[in-house]
Amino acid sequence: MSDTQANEGGDRKVKRFMFVNRKAPYGTIYALEALEVVLIGAAFDQDVSLVFADDGVYQLKKGQQTKGIGQKNFSPTYRALEDYDIEKLYVERESLQARGLSPDDLLVPVRVLGSAELSVLMDEQDVLLSF
Amino acid sequence: MTAAVALQDREVAVDEEGYLVNLSDWNEDVAKTMAADDSIALTDNHWEVINFLREYYAEYQVAPAIRVLTKAIGKKLGPEKGNSKYLYELFPYGPAKQACRYAGLPKPTGCI
Repeated sequence: MSDTQANEGGDRKVKRFMFVNRKAPYGTIYALEALEVVLIGAAFDQDVSLVFADDGVYQLKKGQQTKGIGQKNFSPTYRALEDYDIEKLYVERESLQARGLSPDDLLVPVRVLGSAELSVLMDEQDVLLSF
Repeated sequence: MTAAVALQDREVAVDEEGYLVNLSDWNEDVAKTMAADDSIALTDNHWEVINFLREYYAEYQVAPAIRVLTKAIGKKLGPEKGNSKYLYELFPYGPAKQACRYAGLPKPTGCI
């Protein structure tokens, strides 16, 4: 992969990948790992979407301060997803509301969907990865 | 045991692939020394890319993959620079990997 702009096999079927993020950004490695998988996977030109639900909505929260826990604040990287042509970001409405958050509190533009709508979308995926 | 790049007045630690262990060790001498070790003299064109990468990292906390770098350079510096040929001529070992190393960034995410 690395530095090649490989585009052979462009006629191969594009699969729909959905990454479901359910955990708070710090305390476990899930959020960062999911983000890295998404960035790496972007090179494969598939149809990728991200869902943020439960405490996963905190991953997109503006104004994260990580000095106190001695970890890198990787939240600015969500704003680079656009450069990687990953533009389908969904946030579950119920999770957002339960935490007193609105789309204005988030780092990137997202589509807010109810859990019923999300489950329909999930049903349409070829691959569903939960973090 | 980590490797090191020897500058005139100090040594800076690098990992097994030659990327800085502590990103804060970087200054222009680090880039020049790394390039000299690859027999490359950095020109303004090299610096343009290196500085772009440092700004990108400061903004997004991620070293961009080559595809992203090429597109972003094209947007900022024009299409004559935002293409693989131009970037590979400057950084024959792979523009993202090599330029990120000189820029003191981690290996780009998306380079497997």
